[in-house]
Amino acid sequence: MIQLENVTKILGDRRILDGVNLAVRKGETMVIVGPSGTGKSVTLKHMVRLMTPDEGRVVVGGQVISDAAGKTLEQLRDKFGVLFQGGALLEWLNVGENVALPLREKTRLTEEEIQAKVVEKLSMVGLEKDMEKFPSEISGGMRKRVGLARAIVTNPEIILYDEPTSGLDPVSSRMIDRLIEQLRKELGVTSVVVTHDLHSALSIGTRIAMLTRGRIVELAEPADFVKSQQEDVQQFLESQFITIRGEWEKNGL
Amino acid sequence: MGREALGVLRNGGRAMMLLFESIVAMRTMFQRRARQEIILQMFIGGIKSLTVITVVAAFTGMILALQTGIEMRKFGQEVYIGAAVMISMLREMGPFMTGLILAASVGSAIAAQMGTMVVSEEIAALELMSINPVRFLVMPRLVAMAIMTPLLSFYSCIMGVVGGGLVGMTQLNVPWSAYIDNAIRFADNKDLRVGMLKAFLFGIIIVITACHQGFGTTQGAVGVGNATRRTVIISFLVILIVGYMVTRLFYV
Repeated sequence: MIQLENVTKILGDRRILDGVNLAVRKGETMVIVGPSGTGKSVTLKHMVRLMTPDEGRVVVGGQVISDAAGKTLEQLRDKFGVLFQGGALLEWLNVGENVALPLREKTRLTEEEIQAKVVEKLSMVGLEKDMEKFPSEISGGMRKRVGLARAIVTNPEIILYDEPTSGLDPVSSRMIDRLIEQLRKELGVTSVVVTHDLHSALSIGTRIAMLTRGRIVELAEPADFVKSQQEDVQQFLESQFITIRGEWEKNGL
Repeated sequence: MGREALGVLRNGGRAMMLLFESIVAMRTMFQRRARQEIILQMFIGGIKSLTVITVVAAFTGMILALQTGIEMRKFGQEVYIGAAVMISMLREMGPFMTGLILAASVGSAIAAQMGTMVVSEEIAALELMSINPVRFLVMPRLVAMAIMTPLLSFYSCIMGVVGGGLVGMTQLNVPWSAYIDNAIRFADNKDLRVGMLKAFLFGIIIVITACHQGFGTTQGAVGVGNATRRTVIISFLVILIVGYMVTRLFYV
């Protein structure tokens, strides 16, 4: 569904991505983990052409997005929904208007149809009663949930999540995790999640990629990921108090 | 030095591109949502600036009347302050003061808003939703200010003339009717037209500078501060230069 082929990105004098190769399959939840500043968000931005690689290319659904422009880029981007770190809600629009924005701007749906979709998606994230509130009146966790509702309101094929659980309390974090899992199971959505929350990664990921110093050093299913002998992975697991004792079991989401 | 000159040229070119894109985006300005946004921006940028413009314009007129009146009184010609105030306000001071006030208030606010939107990834989110930020954000502000700046400039001319008249009446013993009669007799249609053209250009300069600087924001809150400061400085400079060039073009 998404292929990064030898993607290299240099920002200033730092080589942020150093020949990244990664293939995301249709219908899977690929989780990219790694310490801060290793290029996880940069990788995500390359997938939707918010950044262009200095070397290599990015292919989405068989089409090269890394040098697409105009209508082609627009059509490729329409496949995506993106949840940004802070939600990226427009401050002067209320929650309902924020979620309705992509529909109002891009589709010819009637106001009733738009409202129905907005209510449906907001109820999925448990915020249907907060439609009239403005982003400044709601918490960080609620902003992310509104951001998620907006990302899925156009029923995209692929959803990218940039740190979906960072800064959230454990209850809200698990709620977001459940939503990501629900979208994959029920709607077959392809997801790419960038996080450093390994608990979340192991719960929702069908495969986990570890990004360190601009390179993918490990790519495995959760059960194999925790057993990885790769030094960076071991360190990362230990830093989050995850140690191997018998078989890894996915906690039932 | 050479690098700085190149930087100025590059930024100037980018700002012109932004202006061009906004003009292209104007084909959507009559759609309902765009219309609503333009009216909202006219209110935010224009109507909310009325108080400060009233005070500044009135005092500008008062200062003009007082300064010229004091000198003219030496020759017994103080009744001509009407012409002096009217012509200065129409040609220069009206659009110039309006431009500076709007650059400092509306321009800085637009730059700060755009900068914050870049930092919080709202602009990226818009791009991903295939909502062109130029059409969605820049064009309505540009249209609103291109309409409101000439209107506010005209309003500031009226306020300046009224202020000058009050000073003439109370400080220089020039009767109101003589003052107004003198002012209207010397007012030229060309002065009004050139003044309005200047104000129209200033409105465009302010919005394009603010949006260009705002969109170029990096480095979080510090970057937003820098973008805002640069917007005010660049707008002031360009307003001064363009103001001179328009005067040179029409009066020499």
